[in-house]
Amino acid sequence: MTEVRERGEVTMDPAPIDFAGVSPAELIEWLRTMVLIRTFEHESVRLSLAGKIPGGIHSSEGQEAVAVGSIRALGPDDVVAGTHRSHHHALTKGLSPRSIMAELFGRADGCSGGRGGSMHLVDPSVNFFGSNGIVGAGVGLATGAALGFHLRKQPAIALGYVGDGGANTGRVWENVNLAALWKLPLIVICENNLYAVETRIDQSFAGESIAGRASGFGLPAIAVDGQDVVAVHRATAAARERALAGDGPTFIEARTYRYEGHNVGEYGVYRTQDEIAEWRTRKDPIDRLRSALTAGAALDDQAFESMVEEATATVAEAVRYADASAWPTLSGDRAAWPADQIEMGDR
Amino acid sequence: MTTTLTLSQAYRAGVAEEMARDDRIFIMGTDILIRGGHFAQVLGLGQEFGAERVRDTPISEAAMVAAGVGAALTGMRPIVDLNFLDFAFGAMDEICNQAAKIRYMFGMPVPLVIRATNGIALGGAQHNNSIEAWFAEMPGLYVAMPSNPADTKSLIKTSLRLDDPVLFLMHKSLSGMRGEVGGPEDLVPFGRAAIRRPGRDVTIVTYGGTVGKAVQAADRLAARGIEIEVIDLRTLYPLDLETVVASVKRTGRAVVVDEAPGYGGVAAEVAASIQEAAFDYLDAAVRRVSAARSPIPNSPHLLEATIPQVADIEAAVDMVVRELV
Repeated sequence: MTEVRERGEVTMDPAPIDFAGVSPAELIEWLRTMVLIRTFEHESVRLSLAGKIPGGIHSSEGQEAVAVGSIRALGPDDVVAGTHRSHHHALTKGLSPRSIMAELFGRADGCSGGRGGSMHLVDPSVNFFGSNGIVGAGVGLATGAALGFHLRKQPAIALGYVGDGGANTGRVWENVNLAALWKLPLIVICENNLYAVETRIDQSFAGESIAGRASGFGLPAIAVDGQDVVAVHRATAAARERALAGDGPTFIEARTYRYEGHNVGEYGVYRTQDEIAEWRTRKDPIDRLRSALTAGAALDDQAFESMVEEATATVAEAVRYADASAWPTLSGDRAAWPADQIEMGDR
Repeated sequence: MTTTLTLSQAYRAGVAEEMARDDRIFIMGTDILIRGGHFAQVLGLGQEFGAERVRDTPISEAAMVAAGVGAALTGMRPIVDLNFLDFAFGAMDEICNQAAKIRYMFGMPVPLVIRATNGIALGGAQHNNSIEAWFAEMPGLYVAMPSNPADTKSLIKTSLRLDDPVLFLMHKSLSGMRGEVGGPEDLVPFGRAAIRRPGRDVTIVTYGGTVGKAVQAADRLAARGIEIEVIDLRTLYPLDLETVVASVKRTGRAVVVDEAPGYGGVAAEVAASIQEAAFDYLDAAVRRVSAARSPIPNSPHLLEATIPQVADIEAAVDMVVRELV
């Protein structure tokens, strides 16, 4: 059983959140962002099932603390590259809920003009280098961005996310090796949510742990409780300091859990309802931060409720915006694509 | 005064000029810093520009292409040197699913050059894949494949000033080919073919390593009174169909030559395009001369029989000349 626990299952009661070094204002903002993500994901799952979102989505509900804890440790010039499950990364990095929702709807006002969809959200203006449909690919783009910063002597770092499934692809480790070798200003965060689609990590992963595997590449590799936003933030902030000092990349395995299926509408028999309930009730990142803040008198129930109301209103506005946005036209689309990439005879 | 360089030296000269002109350009690849690459294509650039800009990598094609894409997104202009195009198999996602699609999906330019040597020579099946059409097919990529030192220098310079990913392919058997090259501002635009030899009777369309064979075939046919126009495509995407179609409208006959297996290749694309654009001008069906559908053998005797030779081109011309005369 030790082996399973090592690979990410948190079987003990989670440790209390240690607020040392973080201001109450920051904690409140992080909680607000996590609530926004959860509200956004609830609504996008509902809209996906209702047929409003073509192509489906991968919900990040349950993984909010990983995105918020890590991205809040970055500066505005730092680059983030995501995965196929990246709504939480995009929202935290500064894409507006309306531009993401319009993209999910396939509309012209979406962040990718309707070309992208859930797995290709992007906004260069906030240095979000995309969610990505290919497992492990975001780590590669982040490695390259880190190389660019190194060569330009620009004081910025890149953060690439990957999942436990991606920890079994060769490209991830090729990039980790390259970044460690060249001491690039890179952070790799592996969101270990225990399941690659429907395959549990102990059915796919040899070795003790993902962080353990990473440590073989000659860079600091640590595992953190991904449901503790402060722990994630602390680990990321330290990694960023290290990267900016020229000491190279860090690998962080954040142990987390997704509440929804791999994709919307999944009928999963690969995990028990008890397991999901345990994560939802005992380890939930929002509940844990909320109760710690309440216990410290930094938050009361009314303040939390108004946070939820605010998020609900923001998401409702995003849905109205997306619904009102025009469908992109092929002629408009073609105008934005290099003319010499359009084939003769292209309709 | 003109300079005579080998094709590898011409590539190197073009890169050196552009690196001196634009400090965003850097090179990544295996064995490039000291060895200068497997084809001496960057020999001396390591000493000239240093290890920061001529970066030896591990044998990690996926990582070097991904790092190139990511660096390009931050404003750099990387050259990823794969040495052999066959090694692109290990970076296919990074080339086709990342580099090629980011401009479309993200609206961000990806000024990345992926240089590789391809074409058929000795070395056996796994180092002699003619997969240039795979990349030419892929929306978002440009593909250049020069046939001589002058175009090599001019086209790599153009490639390094484009804002989209380019597959820059150099034929193995041309590495030592000598020729004059142009100056620092002699740039060949993409999508402009060259007429290597004018002729009124038959158009031969080809590129890269088979341009020389086509010219040899044309010389032999000229001795028999058949005048061939040889068109060198120079870039496989964009394709200069204008030059090809104008030539075929004059000659009424076309043979398309490449070294790849015929199925779905560049020759097939050119042949289909000719028939769409100039059907009424054709006096014979367009013929393709391509390689056999076979992995490439190492024995020189087998190799010669597997890929198009001058005599095969000549025979194809004879067929189109005989039809409907």
